[in-house]
Parts: sequence; structure tokens; C-alpha cells
Amino acid sequence: MKLRTDQVKHVAKLANLPLTLKEGKKYSQQLSEILDYAKKLDKVNVEHIRPTFNVTDNKNVLAEDICQSSLTQKEALSSAPQKKNSMFVTKVMFEK
Amino acid sequence: METIKALKEKQFSEQELNRSYLERINKLNPTLNAYLTVCEDVKGIPAGIKDIICTQNIKTTAGSKILSNFLPQYNATVIDKLSKQNIGIIGKTNLDEFAMGSSGENSAFGPTKNPWDLSKVPGGSSSGSAVAVSADLCTFALGTDTGGSIRQPASLCGVVGLKPSYGRVSRYGAIAMASSLDQIGPLTKSVADAGLVLEWISGGDGYDSNCKEIASPLCGFAMTSLRGVLATKQSIKGLKVGVPKEYFAASAGRQGKGLNKGVEKVIKEAILKLEELGAEIIEISLPHTEYAVAAYYLIMASEVSSNLARFDGIRFGQNRDHFGAEAKRRIMFGTFTLSSGYYEDYYVKAAKVRTLIKQDFHKAFNSASPASGGTSGVDVIVGPVSPTVAWSIGDKINDPLTMYLSDIYTISANLAGLPVLSIPCGFYDNLPVGLQITGKQWDEKTILSVGEIYESATGWHKHKPKLV
Repeated sequence: MKLRTDQVKHVAKLANLPLTLKEGKKYSQQLSEILDYAKKLDKVNVEHIRPTFNVTDNKNVLAEDICQSSLTQKEALSSAPQKKNSMFVTKVMFEK
Repeated sequence: METIKALKEKQFSEQELNRSYLERINKLNPTLNAYLTVCEDVKGIPAGIKDIICTQNIKTTAGSKILSNFLPQYNATVIDKLSKQNIGIIGKTNLDEFAMGSSGENSAFGPTKNPWDLSKVPGGSSSGSAVAVSADLCTFALGTDTGGSIRQPASLCGVVGLKPSYGRVSRYGAIAMASSLDQIGPLTKSVADAGLVLEWISGGDGYDSNCKEIASPLCGFAMTSLRGVLATKQSIKGLKVGVPKEYFAASAGRQGKGLNKGVEKVIKEAILKLEELGAEIIEISLPHTEYAVAAYYLIMASEVSSNLARFDGIRFGQNRDHFGAEAKRRIMFGTFTLSSGYYEDYYVKAAKVRTLIKQDFHKAFNSASPASGGTSGVDVIVGPVSPTVAWSIGDKINDPLTMYLSDIYTISANLAGLPVLSIPCGFYDNLPVGLQITGKQWDEKTILSVGEIYESATGWHKHKPKLV
């Protein structure tokens, strides 16, 4: 399957990955090759086969709803590139 | 194990032990680049820890510029468990960025070199861990295995590597790659060591919901090894060893390259050795083998694209433009395969093929069928770990698909969640070859027993690379 440059741009936007024009062309070719290889799976008959998302038999693994200690605020903020008033600084989401 | 014994007998002190290892690291690491961080103040028996496992206040980079200065605020569960056994961290080992790679060349901090031939790759993604064990820069190391990343570098570097059953060891604190496939495991100098480390790091912690407190089946194994009552009391007489015919068929893979003839010869000799030791060799069939790589890359890349979304440069780390090429490629691929209109055709289809692969193993292990060679099921399955020995640095880096195909033997066990051991079984072209032993889910005991018996009978693990 050949990925067009506009498709690669769309995927890059979804993945929040800034790509240069040169990278876009390179990935377009490499991803197309990998997708072509993945097409191998079309030969497999998967009718009536349920997908496996988890190889253990675990279902509904729950925990008691009790308070436990965790990282302190200082620890949690220790790696933040930008912080202010003991909070993470992030991009504006809503314009006024 | 020898170290524990020697310390007990006061042959040397812990300080002398660590000083000796640190001296060796200072001498050899500049060439090998196995360690990204060295801890000069190490206490306890020294282990190397793959730099994708969080160590409190010790820089943890995952081999990426994104985390080049990241200090975790907590230990991974496996680290806490090891420290209870008096194991100290002598350093954080190099790896392919975010565990994505099969050669060690995708590290943002330079490739690791194979100690058997410095122009060759050590394999990946636990490249530094394999080299650290091979070159005697630690007593053992921890790695992670999602598609072969413990076993393949172990094979290419001539050391023992163990991927536990999925769900045996808690993933808490291991920077996630593909959550339904990742497992932490040991790389060691002997099979007995692998069994011992596995005992230490296994078990639930309430954080990994796929890891429950499973009664350790290893107690007998580890304890008898510690007491030195070894393979003489155990035997593999009558053990049914399955050999998948698909692993040795001339591969219709890319460029017609399949299993290297030299490697094939060494593996077949190893299988003959098992037969000599009393095992019954049975040809079996794992018919969906040829679809494993495609299914794996679809599932893994999809899960990767989700897991790596957390690297937003807001709570920690650098911006996303600091990802390396392979990481970007897999995130893009996974984003595409999960996107609207393609999710069913790619991700779900691959998950269905995963079911078929899991069923292939189940039939081989459990039923009277052509798949199990007409028997009522085999006990273990053996084969090569890697289709080739170590290749030259730079050979495959510009051809991602060829690189992916080097995972062809290791991948299926991750998809099926089975335990697998890689042990040294000889050399081709003066480079190590590893034998892979796969067991039923939760049956680490049998694969470790087979491994230890083979190891005692052959001594391949005692060979060391000639380094200055």
C-alpha cells in the first residue's frame, strides 16, 4: 500500500510528531514498504477467530478504593521543564 | 552464584568485588559503550540495569534524547526486589531507543560494540546488558524483551538470556513499549543464575494488573543449584523436544535470505546433543510462523504509538522532535494502523492472527495432533534465536524491514506469552550462536532444567571474548 505524502502528514499530525519535508518523503516510502509486508496477513483466514489483546486470563483486576501515599508534589514536579506555583506549565487549550 | 558463595567464604569482600568490576568498566566501557551511567558508589553484588528500567535518582534515559536528563522519583518493583537480595546497581546499560531495535545502533548515545568482534553489533535492544555480562562488567544484568530483546543480544554475545512468561514479572517501573508484550528478565553467565534472578524479581506488586502472585515453581530449582546438587540428579531422559519444521525451511523471506547455513549447522548439533542426553526429538508444526513478524509489528507499533504519547515534554522530558528515526517510524506506523478506517484491517486482524499463533503453540504442547508430531504434546520447543550471527555495524540500519526480519524466531513467544531461554550453543565464524528453548506458559522450571543440563554437558557458556 502506497502512502501519499498528505496521508503521512495527517498521521504525523495525529501522532503529534513534527516532520520535515525530507522526513515526510522518507517515511512515506519506508512506511509503504512495511505496510506492503503487513498485507501478508490478508492470506490468513481469521473468520470466527476472536482477537487476542491479552495473553493472561486476567479479567477485572480490581483494587480496594483506599487512600495510599504516592509521590509528593515536589517529586512529581521535579522533572518538569516549566513549573509555576507548584503546577505544570502547559500550552493554552482554550482561547478567550 | 559463585560470587555469593565466594563472599560467604570470604574469598574477597564486597568492596573488593565492586572495585574490581569498576576498574574493568573504566578500562573497557569507553570502547564497548555498554554503560550509559556508571555508579561508582555501588554497594552489594553489582548488576547492570537496562536504562529503560526506572532507578530512583539515577539517570534513566531509555536510550533517548527525550529523557537525556531524566531522574526517576521511584524504583521499578524489580529494583526494590533486587535490593532486598543485596544486589546493587553498578550502572545503567545502553539500549536501542525506547527498546526499539535489534542491533544496539538506535541508541541516541552511540552504538554498543560486540565484545567478540568490535566491528559487529551486539544485537538489541538490551545491547548494553548483553555486552556487560559477556565482557564481565557485572555479575548479571536485567533487560526487557518485547520481541526478542533479551534473547537475541544474549545469543549474539554468548550469554544466557531469559524471557519469563508474560505476567511472571511486574512491569511497574519499566518504561512501557508494548504493554501486552513487554517482560523484564535476566541476562546471566549461567542458567542457574538466570533461575536465581528470576526467583528474586518475580511476583505481583499490585501495580501491574497482569502480574499476579503466582506460586513460584522455581523453589526446588534454585535451591538445588545453590547447594551444588546439579544435573546429575536431573535428567532429560524421555523429555519430548519439539523442533518446528517451519524454522528450518528455506525462508521465502526478503531477498531470499533465511536461516544462515553456518548457524543452522550449530543449532542442529545442539539438538543432536539434547538427543544424546536422552531427549526425544520430535518434528512439530507451527503453521502460522510466517505471519508472526507482520502480526507482531502491527500490534507492537500500535501499542507503542499509544504508550509513547505520554512523552509530551510537559511533565518531564524534551519535546517530541527529539525522538530518533526508528521511534518516529514506529509511532507513525502504529498511529496509522490504529486510525479510523484502518483499525479493523490492521490492528484487529493482527490480534486475530495472534490468537492463531497462540493456538499453534497450544496444540504443539497439549494435543495429539499433526502439530505435536502425532504425540500427546511436546514438553519444550527448540530452535535458533537469530537467523544469523552478529552482523557488521551499519549493515542493516538503512533498511528497517530487513532489520525487523532478524526477529523472526523470537517474536512468536512474545505474541503467545510463553517463557523462553536463550543459551550459548556454539560458534560460527568465531561469533556466538544461541539455542532457544520455549516452554509452556508458567513452565520456566522445565526450560531452565533443560538449559542447565545442556550447559553442564557442553560448557559453551564458559567461553569468554578476548578483551584487553
